[in-house]
Amino acid sequence: MSGPNDNYDPKQVAALSPEVIDGYVADALSAIEAAGSSEELKQARLAHNGDRSPLALANREIGALPPAARKEVGQRVGQARSQVARAIAARQEVLADQELAKALVEERIDMTLPVQVVPQGAVHPVTAIIDKMVDVFVALGYEVAEGPELEAEWYNFDALNLPSDHPARGEQDTLWIEPIEDAKLLRTQTSPVQAREMLTRDLPLYIVSPGKVYRSDEYDATHLPVFHQLEGLVIDKGISMADLRGTLDHFAKAMFGDVATRMRPHYFPFTEPSAEVDLECFVCHGESVGNPDRPCRTCRSEGWIEWGGCGVVNPRVLRACGIDPDEYSGFAFGMGIERTVMFRNGAPDIRDFVEGDIRFSRSLLGGAR
Amino acid sequence: MKAPISWLRELVMLPPDTTTSDIAERFTNAGLTVERIESIAAPVTGPLVVGRVLSYVDEPQKNGKVIRYVRVDVGDHNDPASDEYPASRGIVCGAHNFAVGDLVVVALPGAVLPGDFVISARKTYGHVSDGMICSEVEIGLGDDHDGIMVLDRGTPGEDATEVLWAADEVLDIDVTPDLGYALSMRGLAREAAIAHGVTYTDRYRTSLPEPTSEGYPVELRTPHCSAFTALTIDGVDPAAPSPKFMVDRLRASGVRSISLAVDVTNYVMLESGQPLHAYDAQKLSGPIVVRMAEEGESLTTLDGQVRELHVEDMLVTDDSGPIGLAGVMGGENTEVSDATTSIVLEAATFDATTVSRTFRRHGLFSEASKRFERTVDPALSYAAAKRAAKLLTQYGGGHVTAETFVGSHPEPHVVRLRAGLVPAVLGTSISDDEIIRILSASGVRVTALGDSLTLEIPTWRPDLVEPYDIVEEVGSKYGYDRIGLRVPTAPAGGGLTPRQRARRAAIAAAAHLGFTQTMSLPFMAGEDLDRMGLAEDDPRRKAVRLANPLSDAQPFLRTSLLPGLFHVVARNLSRSLTDLAIFEVGSGFYDFGTTAAPRPDVASRPSPDVLQQLDDSLPTQPETLVGIVTGDWLPAGWHGPAVKADWTHVVALAETVAASVGVTLTRRQVGDAMPWHPGRTAQLLVGDEILGFAGELHPSVIAAFDLPPHTCAVEFNLGDLLDLAPQGGRIGHLSGFPVAKEDVALIVDRDVPAADVERALVEGAGELLESIALFDVYTGDQVGEGKKSLAFALRLRADRTLTDAEAAEVRQAAVAEAVARFGAVHRA
Repeated sequence: MSGPNDNYDPKQVAALSPEVIDGYVADALSAIEAAGSSEELKQARLAHNGDRSPLALANREIGALPPAARKEVGQRVGQARSQVARAIAARQEVLADQELAKALVEERIDMTLPVQVVPQGAVHPVTAIIDKMVDVFVALGYEVAEGPELEAEWYNFDALNLPSDHPARGEQDTLWIEPIEDAKLLRTQTSPVQAREMLTRDLPLYIVSPGKVYRSDEYDATHLPVFHQLEGLVIDKGISMADLRGTLDHFAKAMFGDVATRMRPHYFPFTEPSAEVDLECFVCHGESVGNPDRPCRTCRSEGWIEWGGCGVVNPRVLRACGIDPDEYSGFAFGMGIERTVMFRNGAPDIRDFVEGDIRFSRSLLGGAR
Repeated sequence: MKAPISWLRELVMLPPDTTTSDIAERFTNAGLTVERIESIAAPVTGPLVVGRVLSYVDEPQKNGKVIRYVRVDVGDHNDPASDEYPASRGIVCGAHNFAVGDLVVVALPGAVLPGDFVISARKTYGHVSDGMICSEVEIGLGDDHDGIMVLDRGTPGEDATEVLWAADEVLDIDVTPDLGYALSMRGLAREAAIAHGVTYTDRYRTSLPEPTSEGYPVELRTPHCSAFTALTIDGVDPAAPSPKFMVDRLRASGVRSISLAVDVTNYVMLESGQPLHAYDAQKLSGPIVVRMAEEGESLTTLDGQVRELHVEDMLVTDDSGPIGLAGVMGGENTEVSDATTSIVLEAATFDATTVSRTFRRHGLFSEASKRFERTVDPALSYAAAKRAAKLLTQYGGGHVTAETFVGSHPEPHVVRLRAGLVPAVLGTSISDDEIIRILSASGVRVTALGDSLTLEIPTWRPDLVEPYDIVEEVGSKYGYDRIGLRVPTAPAGGGLTPRQRARRAAIAAAAHLGFTQTMSLPFMAGEDLDRMGLAEDDPRRKAVRLANPLSDAQPFLRTSLLPGLFHVVARNLSRSLTDLAIFEVGSGFYDFGTTAAPRPDVASRPSPDVLQQLDDSLPTQPETLVGIVTGDWLPAGWHGPAVKADWTHVVALAETVAASVGVTLTRRQVGDAMPWHPGRTAQLLVGDEILGFAGELHPSVIAAFDLPPHTCAVEFNLGDLLDLAPQGGRIGHLSGFPVAKEDVALIVDRDVPAADVERALVEGAGELLESIALFDVYTGDQVGEGKKSLAFALRLRADRTLTDAEAAEVRQAAVAEAVARFGAVHRA
């Protein structure tokens, strides 16, 4: 702020006349209008509204005026300066919009280009479907039990009502550990886990046990010597075949949608009564049966798909595990995982499950919903 | 079990209009799964007729062959244009195994034989051959290549397909091991009767004989044979052919016709379920004695094999020694032949376990042993022998001259059942009346006293022992689909255990990092361990051996999962999949010295000591994670060149998996540790516990497994990692004050591990250090030979703004520690 002007020079005062000020404004406005970029506008602002601009200099001169004149001239210069400032702001906005628009065009990227931050990984379909199956039962309150793959003969056979010379042993082509007299084997079923759980857990018992099992089976398009099963076991008071049927029906619907299940009598030493459980074909719902025009590959036009075995736990098994069959009863069921993947998701050759071709595992990206 | 429908329908009168597929469906629904329905029909179209050889001329040819020009009488099909007398057709034939007067099978022009072989009249060897005289092979009847077929019956001109094939359908039924009686037509007929709601009369339920030893002398010297019937039949015509129906049914059942005597024993076995054996009575010497084998005995069985016998083998013997492996196979020395006129028929009850052990011991599976293993009706031997004798004398002449029956029939097994158990186990209401009706149809004699049922079990149902067996019998016949649906309420569960959740997280983390999960067979060759370069005392050589491996080349269970993964890499490479990041999770198996597993009695819960012994007997089975990378980690693309897969990616796998379960791994540089590269391998540790290794594979291992150069891998104990996964965790106060950044560059010897230097800095810096990151590694002139420069960025933070002086103090303390430990030189 200048002090009172002691060196009053009337010639210089002429520079504050309305005509002169208007001229400064006109110059400023035209320069602002001409600015084509933020940078040019900055130059125009410095030149016409900066500290060294004519208007800024004019402002300084006001103090030199006689007090009577100061008000009028002050108003005139002030209005001029704010007019210029508004013009700069307005122009700035226009230019910023233009420049953003231009930048947005220039910054365009082909967003369809392939990107790869990490290689494509995947879990094995068996892992994925086991997780899905297990989740169905966990939601019902079951817990998941695990056990060793190399087992004692007692857990795999004896405790499950399969004594040494039982013909059913011959059907489960067993891989024995050397020496055979040591009574150890690769488990032929996940059922030994059930025996272990019955011996160790408190009742009631609601468990599922997924896992790897072994058979000295052929290795071909439909047989593997090593595959996976999921077994379920319930031991509680008053458990009956109706509970088994209801549970498997729920399981089937959770896995395959609205399908029915049926049971056919069968034989398993571990259960009595025993049955095989079939699924209504979830693809054709039986419409392919006797209808050669609409063959169904999933059920081979039979309308039903063999899914697994099940039954009421044999009281002999309960006794071997220290459970009183007069007080408790139970049911058990089991199904092959690879087979389930095969009819659920395709997979025409079962060998692909163990050959390790990465394309196989990547077939079900995102797992098994 | 193959069941010809014609036979089944003869034994049970099914409702009219019952089709074969009806029968099959009801069998399947009753638990007798029909695997398929086979149709038996002639694979020949057009005229295939019976011919009689009238005359022939053998004509040597220039090519050394002798062709036979035959005149054959084919009845109505004789050539009307020919002047030959008697009327006939002329056919050129290459075979010589027939004589004038023989009946042969003639395919006339227009016939089409299997393989679309069209027969037409043609000129050959100077004659018009007006058809073809056929062999078994040519008409698809069998595999006998020995010349043409000579028939034992037929009339010239008769349609030969009628003679040779009886059109029939055959059910191939999968009989479960408990239902031995369903390995017979009579058992299947009973089941069919039940399934179709008709009555059934068992032709084998005759009254039982008083024991008599007036026939061929028989002595039972072992309790494993409870009954033995021996019928002597004299005056049998050894040339008598088996009747056509018998041959047809045997063939439909998968049994080859051999001779009348043998065919009859097989036929009655298939019909009744009782295995029988025919001895040539002339070849027997002295009484038949059933006893256990003695040390050093041997027997040549009917298949021509010499069997060294075991003291637990049950034998049929005579004065000459063993004449049959009881219930398994007869001996060659007493076999019936085409000269046999006098026969001793054996029908005996042999114990299931003894027969089962014997046939497994000798690897000698037979139709007889299959039935005995499942327990043959112990009251059947006499009735079956009588039926066989009747058929034999009916078609072969002669008569039964003597009968012996020794041993006894067991008392019927009695089961007491509380009727309420049936609806309780089945979960459905079913009346006592219905229970009794169902059981009666199965042959059970039911006596009801209130709720208590006394059940007399028929001798052919050894599977019905306990009350639950009865529940199954009722339930399977009642129909499981009539039972309602109920979902039992489990107690509130805790979901997956922390360990199970951690495993899921670990596998998901590996997949998200870019690794693909595979599974391989866990079998291993001993050579795999050699190729891995493992020392003799390496724990990975403590492999478990299989007694009966699938392949003799891979007799072991894997210890390391790496060899399996190497094979997976090779397979992918062979399929042009070269950029690989693969992992597998599975068990390894280590035997560091285990004992035999006990086999406690199953009548009650084993003692805690025994349960502990069971667990202790098992080899160590660590859950292991392996990963491998080769080729490009990321492919070349528009954004730049490819990123080669290297050791960092397998380390990243280990660290990512560990981090996913809340564990921070540390690494320690290791030298010689096969199969790893001595300069490019790190131990993976949690605290002081070694979990595994990661790095590049040793070049010799890469060469031995034919892997791409510089293949990198990781293998660690996932089970231990999951055990170490922390539970819970703590979330602390977060300082909002600014970070002070300090960079430190240190020159150390080239062999000093960066991780050790970092640890020194961390420990020297103290608690103000928030994080540290190595951002540069430099070797070159500026640091000198054998040295390297490591540059670290330190971030410091406290609950106040740190002054420059405080930050510098921390840096100096950190550097001082590194200097003290490694003689590091600080590059200012």
